[in-house]
Amino acid sequence: MAMTITEKIFAKASGKRNVQPGENVWLNVDILMTHDVCGPPTIEIWKKEFGKKARIWDKDKLVVMPDHFIFMENVSAKRNIEVLRSFAAEHELPHYYDPGSERYRGVCHIALAEEGFNLPGTVLFGTDSHTCTSSAFGMFATGIGNTDAAFILGTGKIWEKVPASIKFSLHGLMPPYLMAKDVILHILGDIRTDGATYCMAEFDGDAIHELPMDERMTLTNMAIEMGAMSGIIAADEQTVNYLQNRTKRSYEILYSDAGAAYYRTLNYKIDEMVPAVAQPHSPDRRELVRTLSGRKVTKCYIGSCTGGKITDFRAAAKILHGKQAVVPTFIVPATCTITDLLSVEKYDEMTLRNIFENSGCTIVQPSCAACLGGTEDTIGRACDNDVVISTTNRNFPGRMGSKHSEVYLASALTVAASAVQGSIADPRELF
Amino acid sequence: MRTLITGTAYVLGDHIDTDQIIPAEHLVYSLTDPEESKKYGMYALSAVPIAQAGLPDGNIPFVKEGEYHSMYQIIIGGINFGCGSSREHAPFALQKAGVRAIIAESYARIFYRNCVDGGFLLPYESTGRLLDRIATGDLLELHLTTHILINHTSGDSFQLKNPDDVLPIIDAGGLFEYARKSGMI
Ligand code: SF4
Repeated sequence: MAMTITEKIFAKASGKRNVQPGENVWLNVDILMTHDVCGPPTIEIWKKEFGKKARIWDKDKLVVMPDHFIFMENVSAKRNIEVLRSFAAEHELPHYYDPGSERYRGVCHIALAEEGFNLPGTVLFGTDSHTCTSSAFGMFATGIGNTDAAFILGTGKIWEKVPASIKFSLHGLMPPYLMAKDVILHILGDIRTDGATYCMAEFDGDAIHELPMDERMTLTNMAIEMGAMSGIIAADEQTVNYLQNRTKRSYEILYSDAGAAYYRTLNYKIDEMVPAVAQPHSPDRRELVRTLSGRKVTKCYIGSCTGGKITDFRAAAKILHGKQAVVPTFIVPATCTITDLLSVEKYDEMTLRNIFENSGCTIVQPSCAACLGGTEDTIGRACDNDVVISTTNRNFPGRMGSKHSEVYLASALTVAASAVQGSIADPRELF
Repeated sequence: MRTLITGTAYVLGDHIDTDQIIPAEHLVYSLTDPEESKKYGMYALSAVPIAQAGLPDGNIPFVKEGEYHSMYQIIIGGINFGCGSSREHAPFALQKAGVRAIIAESYARIFYRNCVDGGFLLPYESTGRLLDRIATGDLLELHLTTHILINHTSGDSFQLKNPDDVLPIIDAGGLFEYARKSGMI
C-alpha cells in the first residue's frame, strides 16, 4: 500500500504495517519537550494522576527548555522556572537547560534542532503549538496540552488520529528579495487559517530541497497557522549534514511513496512570488508589501522561532548596513548560539552585531520575548496604538502586548526595509 | 455520566483563538491553587474584541468586571474555535468561568484534544452554522445521549455531530480516567 511520509512514521511509531487517515492509533513517543509555561502544570498533573506510581518513562527522551518568560521580574514567571529547576535536580534530568546558566539555550523549537533532538522518522511531542517546527527534519512533531504531556511523561504513549495530507509542491529558485516567510504568507492567504484542519501539510518540490534548514523551519513553523497538525519536509542531504556532529542517536529517512494519496495538492512557483505581509489581526490576511507600502509603523521586531534565526539576521543586516532604523527596532535572536553568531558572522567586513548597533537597533537576549506579549516589562512589547511590523508568526489581537495595537507579519527583509523607511517598505527598493 | 446540560448561551464568531480566550499575560497563575486559579475564570474570553463579544449585538462582557464566574454556561462558536497556542489554560479558564459545553462548527486540533483529554468541557461540532440561529442569553438544553440541542427561547432544535471516536474518553471524564478504566495505567 502506497503511503505518505506521515503515514509511514505513524505506522512505525504504532507498530503497524499500514495506517490509514482517520484511524486512531497509540504512538510510542521518541521525544517529549516542555517549557516554562506548560512544564509546571504538566508535572502537577503527572504527580496527581500517577500518584505514588509516578515515574518518568524515559529521562533521556525528556527535554525541558524554559524560554517563554525569561529575563523578567514577574514573581509567578520566576516561580515556574524554579519549579522546573527543582524537578530537574530531583530527577537528575540530562536534558534540562537552566536559564541563567551556561546551559540556557533560548527558544525551544530552534534549540531542539541545534541540540540534535530533531531526527528523521521519529515522533516528537511538545507542549507548544509551534512544535510543528521540528517536522522540517522529516519527522512527526506536533503540539499538545498539559494533560496529554503528563500522560506521555508517565507512559511514553499518546493517541492520535492519522491525518490526511495536503501536498504543497514548491518549484523554482528563491529570488534574493524573497524569504520562506513570504512563501508561507502567500500559502496562508490561499488556504486560510482553517484550510488544513486535522490534516498534515507536506512541503515538497525542487524549491524545498534548495532551502537551508532554517528556512525550512519557517515553513513548518507556520503549518499550525493553517490549522494543520504539522508540516513535514522529507530529509535530504542538507538534513543529514545539519545533524552531523549534533547527535549520536539513530534515525531513519522516510519518503512518501509515488502513489500515496493526498487530500489536496497545491502547486507554487516561488520564483514568481513577491514580498507579502499578513495584516492585522490574522496570519492569513495576506497583502502584497507593495500595495501597503508607505503605511506608517511605530516598531519593528525581528525575532521568534520563525523569524529570529541566523538566516533572518543575515537578511536584515544586508538591508540595515550603513542605514538608520528610524523607529524602535528590536533584534531578538531565538537562541544563544544565534546571539554568538551575530558577533562572528560578517557582512561587508562588519559583524552583524555591529551593523545592527550602528543602525540604532536594540539587541535583546534570546527568548520568546515580545512574540507573545509577555509581562509588562518585556522588551519590545506592543503598547497601545503601536503599529508593529514583525517577523513573528501570529498577529491575533493582543498577541504582542496591547489589545490596542496592530501587528503586520513579514519577512526579515521586509521588516528591515520598513525599519529604514519608518513605514511598510518593499525590500526590492533597497537592494 | 451526565445526560443533560442546561444553560444560557454566549455567542461568539469564527476563529476564536487561545489568546482571546486567555491572554498570555495571565498564564502565570497557578492552575491548582484554589485562590489563584480563580483568576482564570475572571479573565476568560477577556481579549475578545468587545464588538464581537456576545453576538448578535456584541458589547456583552463574558464575565462582569470584578467577578470570577460568567452567567453563561454554553458557548456557541463558528469555525476554527480555539486556534492558536497549545495552552491548556484555555479550556481550563472557560471551565473555571462556569462553561460546560461549546458548540462550534469546527475546532483547532489542540484545543479540541485539551477539552476532551483534560475533561474540562464538552466540545460539540454543529452540523451547520448556529451563530445566526442562537442569540446570547437564549436558554439552551443539550442532550448528551441524543446529541440534540434545544433552544427554548426560540423553540428551535438542532442535531449535533456525534463525537463517536472520542466518546469513550469524554464518558470516562478525561484521558487519565479512560486509561485507568481500560487498564492502560
Ligand atoms: S518565539 Fe513566539 S511562537 Fe515561538 S515558541 Fe516563543 S512564543 Fe511561541
